[in-house]
Amino acid sequence: MTDRRLSRRDLFRLGLAAGPASLLASCGWDGGPHLGPKLHAISKVNDWVGEKLFLSADRLAPQYPRSQRTAPRDFPAYSISHPLPVVADPAAWAFEVKGLVAQPQRLTLAMIQALPRVTYTVKHHCVEGWTAIATWAGAPLASVIALAQPTAAARFIRFDSFDHGYFNGWDLKSAMHPQTILAYAWNDRPLTPAHGAPLRLYAPIKLGYKLTKFLTAMTFTAEQPGGYWENQGYPWLGGV
Amino acid sequence: MSDNDPERPAAAHPEGDAAAAPSAATVPSAAAASSAAAASSAATASSDAALADEAAAVPGAVAAAGKRPLVHRHHWLVRVTHWANAVLLAGMIGSGLQIYNAFGHFGPRGGPYYPNPFDGKPFPLKVRLGGWLAGGLNWHFALAWPFVLTGAAYLLYMAISGEWRSLLFRPRDVPRAIAMQLYYLRLRKQHPPQGKHNALQKGAYTFILLLGVISVLSGFAVYKPAQLSWLTALFGGYELARYWHFWAVFLFLAFTLVHVTLVLVVDPASLRAMITGWYRGRFPSHD
Repeated sequence: MTDRRLSRRDLFRLGLAAGPASLLASCGWDGGPHLGPKLHAISKVNDWVGEKLFLSADRLAPQYPRSQRTAPRDFPAYSISHPLPVVADPAAWAFEVKGLVAQPQRLTLAMIQALPRVTYTVKHHCVEGWTAIATWAGAPLASVIALAQPTAAARFIRFDSFDHGYFNGWDLKSAMHPQTILAYAWNDRPLTPAHGAPLRLYAPIKLGYKLTKFLTAMTFTAEQPGGYWENQGYPWLGGV
Repeated sequence: MSDNDPERPAAAHPEGDAAAAPSAATVPSAAAASSAAAASSAATASSDAALADEAAAVPGAVAAAGKRPLVHRHHWLVRVTHWANAVLLAGMIGSGLQIYNAFGHFGPRGGPYYPNPFDGKPFPLKVRLGGWLAGGLNWHFALAWPFVLTGAAYLLYMAISGEWRSLLFRPRDVPRAIAMQLYYLRLRKQHPPQGKHNALQKGAYTFILLLGVISVLSGFAVYKPAQLSWLTALFGGYELARYWHFWAVFLFLAFTLVHVTLVLVVDPASLRAMITGWYRGRFPSHD
């Protein structure tokens, strides 16, 4: 009798151990060939929720006083190319606006700097979990979009760079947000190569990996363009 | 040794307390209502462990004198959400620790960083889920929805069924919790009267539900610090929201350790109750 009672209790304990053990066996698991794609499909649901439910077309991300800025040396700057990609001939550099647009554009830095200027001190959110505050200045992306006049078929924008093929895809709602800019200044100075000179995309409503540096072109598309990290598994929307 | 342990403290337990007597409705036998008191006297005889076990082994047995009554303790929704959240929480923690590894500090870049015994120390592969940052993120965001939905279903059930009354720790439970603690410290002889849960259990379960809610809210504060900036501000900003979100992990783990230990050591029958809904153990009067 006593033996049977013990064995029954042991069975309970075995059952209790089985749960954590099966989880342990799956550690570091990205879902494998079967679950992995399903996780990515759920990520697309989250993108939809992020864009339709959370993202506001005009709610502004909080701004900070300049005194709260992160020390420039502590602001990380990532790139795919090493050493840092640099424009060989700045005079020859231009930013192309193309794809599903009525008026394709080829904009020099001077032309972009002549557009309305937006300056703000905001918090940068990296997908890794760190934050850093800096002042950014540039032209509202909406003003460039207005120049190009995208067609009714345009639903996404693909941003390309000269950083070893690094690119990002954006939704139009985020692109039209008043704090989304083509930035040419960082902490009151011209953009440095580390932060994407001569021109980068910036917005305090997206994670850092969505903010394409070393820009060369933006292309309006009907299909979702993916992205360098996004194609490897990162959430596509990347909204914060 | 541990075999007879559950019997001995039961002798000191006032199963016959009028305040704690079981309601006939929860006992699945007409004859059972009176058997609760009998069960306590039977429990004082520490030699009848085998006898009580015999009774438990007979399915649907009518509780008779000398045998513990079979009572229905947990609604199916409570049981399903309990186990679902146990598994989901394990996945949330594993993938959360994977995400933590990408930046193992709390505070703005460049510091100063908030106190953290794990500062700069990555968690080992065997406690992580996802393999790399994107894998961890995808697991975390995929499990977050069912975690929130089961939690919400449970809270809704508690609110609608009125069960919250037996679980929610309220101000009047403070003196009861002190009395219960004195009893456990053997500074008080009589077991304080109680309902389904004693005041200390109410405190523990209220705490863990609150922790669940705080984890979810701080999670959203970290997920959408710009769109939900008001929520992020409530937690003291993004860096602190992430900090509280991280500490919730260790409070969950500490609770689980104590919870599982108490179940196994004090009342193993409650494990069966959380699986099948039916309870036949030392504390039937609490139902």
